[in-house]
Amino acid sequence: MIRVAKSAASLGVFILLWAAFVQFSGVPNYLVPSPLAVGTTLWQVISDGSIFKHIFTTVFTAGVGYLIGAGVGLLIGSLLAEFSIADKLIRPYLVGLQSIPKVALAPLLIVWFGYGLEGKIVLVVLMTFFPVFVNTVAGLHTANKELIDLYRASSASRLRIFSEVKLPTAASAVFAGLEVAVVLALIGTIVAEFVSAKAGLGYLVQVSSTNYDVPMMFAAITILAMLGIASSKLLRFAHMRLVFWEGPRRNNDY
Amino acid sequence: MTAASKPNVLPTPDGVQSSIRMDDVSLVYKSGRGNVEALADLSLDLKEGEFLSVLGPSGCGKSTILKILSGLLPVTKGKVLIDGAELKGPRGDIGIVFQQPTLLAWQTNLQNVLMPVRASKRPTASDRERALKLLELVGLEEFANHYPYELSGGMQQRVGIARGLINDPRVLLMDEPFAALDAMSRETMTTELQQIWMATNRSVVFITHSIPEAVFLSNRVVTLSGRPGRVVDDLTIDLPFPRTIDTMSTQPFNEYCHHLRALFQAKEKRQQP
Ligand SMILES: Nc1ncnc2c1ncn2[C@@H]1O[C@H](COP(=O)(O)OP(=O)(O)OP(=O)(O)O)[C@@H](O)[C@H]1O
Ligand SMILES: [Mg+2]
Repeated sequence: MIRVAKSAASLGVFILLWAAFVQFSGVPNYLVPSPLAVGTTLWQVISDGSIFKHIFTTVFTAGVGYLIGAGVGLLIGSLLAEFSIADKLIRPYLVGLQSIPKVALAPLLIVWFGYGLEGKIVLVVLMTFFPVFVNTVAGLHTANKELIDLYRASSASRLRIFSEVKLPTAASAVFAGLEVAVVLALIGTIVAEFVSAKAGLGYLVQVSSTNYDVPMMFAAITILAMLGIASSKLLRFAHMRLVFWEGPRRNNDY
Repeated sequence: MTAASKPNVLPTPDGVQSSIRMDDVSLVYKSGRGNVEALADLSLDLKEGEFLSVLGPSGCGKSTILKILSGLLPVTKGKVLIDGAELKGPRGDIGIVFQQPTLLAWQTNLQNVLMPVRASKRPTASDRERALKLLELVGLEEFANHYPYELSGGMQQRVGIARGLINDPRVLLMDEPFAALDAMSRETMTTELQQIWMATNRSVVFITHSIPEAVFLSNRVVTLSGRPGRVVDDLTIDLPFPRTIDTMSTQPFNEYCHHLRALFQAKEKRQQP
């Protein structure tokens, strides 16, 4: 409760400062709108329902891309960590792909996949894949060697060693990757929507920009910020819940 | 293991049944930077129910012996016989306790004790019961459903010992199990290990760097040379069980310790040019 009150207070102070800045700095309103103007715009698009199409499109694109990208990252990461042949065969290509700034591919993907959601999702997949992949491989390699020896001495199968030792060991690192990826998923979606879209928050920012509708841009950006914060918080919550044994006060000295 | 399933138990030279035996074992670690000979023509036998300690300078191959006995490391030369049958790989009926507790942080202490069972089958109610009994044996029954991070280092190590005993192993292999503990817990754990050993009647191979600990716990103390490891001394500790802190101040106890210390002293002198 106190934490919520603190956040609310800090947000209130920020909005007051913003309002004061707009009022007294002399920066024209069409460049930096007042919080009231942004709030009014937000209220308008929410009450007439026109914003939800954009929110849904962006969340859908980012969400589907994220799920695929993170899933494939986890899968390929596991494969490469577990089988050195796979590592030798696939890794060079991945390293090459990794060095490309993925947003540069957005226009190309539009050419290949058209103006629908597919190209955008592919971009998000490419962006979210790498942090999850890299962290999965690194995390799996940190599994305790003696623990693995113990399993092998009990004639445990490779799959059991993977699921009971390696995967839980990697869990924290994987979550760190997932947290990075969730931000990248939003970035990827917005960039793709800048390039070509008929809906989505990125499209809304783009269109408002051509119309000099700065309050609308601010409203869209505010919603994007809230989406980013909400998804990060959700992930951190899942992380704490699932990787419960790695809390700050845990006696993990073994 | 029933008596019927081990028909050809080899007699040792002195006629006593030997359950675990290493015959002229050599082990060479092969690596890109050249070969390391860790053990050379090492012979060792362990009688049923015996507590055997292994002493030796650091790097002489003590942990290597345990890796071989656990079936994880094939020997380069020689043979390892368990109940007369040659050891070819992991058997699943050998308990291992490491220097670190090496528990699964994400599983309860009870689940940790059951880990070796789970490796080959789904634990039954009787397995669970046995695990609880073992936790009771090491004094942790009330922590069965707690997680390892809720225990101290010594308690975690006791979970490790219970886990080592879950499959009713032919032999319990312990690699410096108390080295990471503070001096006080180390003394309590030593006495407790003796009680556990006497209660379970299992054979134990115990690696340590502490001479009093070895003498206190063992029927026999084997001392190895520096790398490659060979047996240089095989000392039978003829003191009645159970041994207590009083045992430690007796004349024979100190003579055994002195004898072993002298071995290490002599070795160090020899190494100086
Ligand atoms: N996987 C390996 N590859 C190459 N050499 C190894 C390997 N494991 C151990 N060795 C070498 O074999 C020798 C014996 O190692 P081992 O771990 O058995 O010694 P130890 O007696 O247990 O030593 P300590 O008392 O320090 O634990 C050492 O010289 C070590 O460098
Ligand atoms: Mg060692």
